[in-house]
Amino acid sequence: MSILLIAEHNNKELKPFTLNAISAASQINEDVHVLVLGSNSDGVTKSVSECPNVKKVIHINNELYENYLAENYSSAIIKLSESYSHIICSANTFGKNLMPRIAALLDVSQVSDITKVVSEDTFIRPIYAGNAFATVKSNDKIKCVTIRPTSFDPAPSSGGSAEIQNGEPGEATDLSKFIKKEEIKSDRPELGTARVVVSGGRGMQSGENFKLITAVADKLNAAIGASRAAVDAGYITNDHQVGQTGKVVVPDLYIAVGISGAIQHLAGMKESKVIVAINKDGEAPIFSVADYGLEADLFEALPKFVEELNKLNTIQK
Amino acid sequence: MKILVAVKRVIDYNVQIRVKEDGTGIVTDNVKMSTNPPDDNAIEEAVKIKESGKATEVVAISVGEEKAQETVRKALAVGADRGILIKAEGIVEPLAVSKILQKIVEKEKPDLVFMGKQAIDDDCNQTGQMLAALLNWPQATFASKIEVKDKSLEVTREIDEGLETIEVNMPAIVTCDLRLNEPRYASLPNIMKAKKKPIEQINASDLGIDTKPRIDQIKVEEPPKRKAGIKVASVEELVQKLKNEAKVI
Repeated sequence: MSILLIAEHNNKELKPFTLNAISAASQINEDVHVLVLGSNSDGVTKSVSECPNVKKVIHINNELYENYLAENYSSAIIKLSESYSHIICSANTFGKNLMPRIAALLDVSQVSDITKVVSEDTFIRPIYAGNAFATVKSNDKIKCVTIRPTSFDPAPSSGGSAEIQNGEPGEATDLSKFIKKEEIKSDRPELGTARVVVSGGRGMQSGENFKLITAVADKLNAAIGASRAAVDAGYITNDHQVGQTGKVVVPDLYIAVGISGAIQHLAGMKESKVIVAINKDGEAPIFSVADYGLEADLFEALPKFVEELNKLNTIQK
Repeated sequence: MKILVAVKRVIDYNVQIRVKEDGTGIVTDNVKMSTNPPDDNAIEEAVKIKESGKATEVVAISVGEEKAQETVRKALAVGADRGILIKAEGIVEPLAVSKILQKIVEKEKPDLVFMGKQAIDDDCNQTGQMLAALLNWPQATFASKIEVKDKSLEVTREIDEGLETIEVNMPAIVTCDLRLNEPRYASLPNIMKAKKKPIEQINASDLGIDTKPRIDQIKVEEPPKRKAGIKVASVEELVQKLKNEAKVI
């Protein structure tokens, strides 16, 4: 049996995490079919068909799917589900919202946010915000699985030419209505997907002092994070919070400044590839997870950091 | 208008969890437990709506072992009117929890069901959406703002790209994000008062719901340990290491 993967897109472009989900799906079974539910979404369908890992694209083109509402999406997906062994999408806010609705309608116990495929029914997933990893085996006939995008490399996006098939829309519902979307327009990368994150903690002492963090982040094209302590102290808004109760981030480089390293913060960043800690307390627990620790006063270290970065000929973006 | 709020008892977010040596799960004996953090936001929002005069009753419900009664009691102490405890032992998967909640919704007939967006123990992020599916109700997940209208809610949702606003007809399910509000602390007099508020206890099996897990948990392991790093003496050294050794800048 094949895999049905639900594409995330905005009718113009495929969202990049769909490619990560496709690569995870290919590890389960090579017969990956991608469903594009959209309105005037031919371009998206075409770009999915060019992904070599995709064997078939099912395009359901209807104004019903102009905006993404789980209530409308799920009825179309349920109609297709019978011929599939797995239904898959990425475990971002798109997939987290959608998949449980599908799973419940199919009476399936969903496996959320997997970081590794062991076999077609067995997966590894983080629990307790990554403080433990559970190996779980799904026994349902159809397996509903969401994929942690940052744990899988994106599948190649060109060179393929999968068959495109048109599908029938599901029933419309008037349960919910899309009103508007306000995308955060920032030159800065998004915290959840940024290659580099620079975070400040209580050691920053004020919101005003976060400009020191911003200066470093500008140089590195980094997202700005914060510990819960900094958020609770009102230095920065809580959409910047990294940790068990905030965002879990896995950047290539995480720079923790004035962060002591409470358990709840470590849970959100300790899977980062390279961790730097800058703290004047040499005993701070953050040093136990840091690849590079600098015991220093951040008010001196951060301006110096910018100076040193300025001396470099090139900085990766 | 009646609001049902589902709360879960979890290991406190400040506790460093330990994996059992035999790999069967997480040590929970003698560990501090508290309400799942975003469930506190769910209770707070329901109580605020009641205080604004738009709701008449807030009912707190939890599914779990006997001790989950404490979690319900805490919800009563911050303003819920009465509680329901559905007793079930061991791991109860979100699908089973949502089936239990479906039964209670059919009996209690609330206009709204609130809960946290995700539990910080199993990190499943499923129950609200599953309940919405079973009831064929609309769902508003990751809510950071709720505006109660006549027969609907306007909900602002936290999504990866920013914020999305949707309108859901009542009855509806809302799962709450941490940004929704600032949960209050229970005052001592309110904690005392909460002791007198009723908590109805029901066995999950009496509802005819099979709570046996569908997913086999084969093993639970600690995450791979990070190998110890080094201390650098200066910012210059740090930048050089990042550039030439780690090659990340």
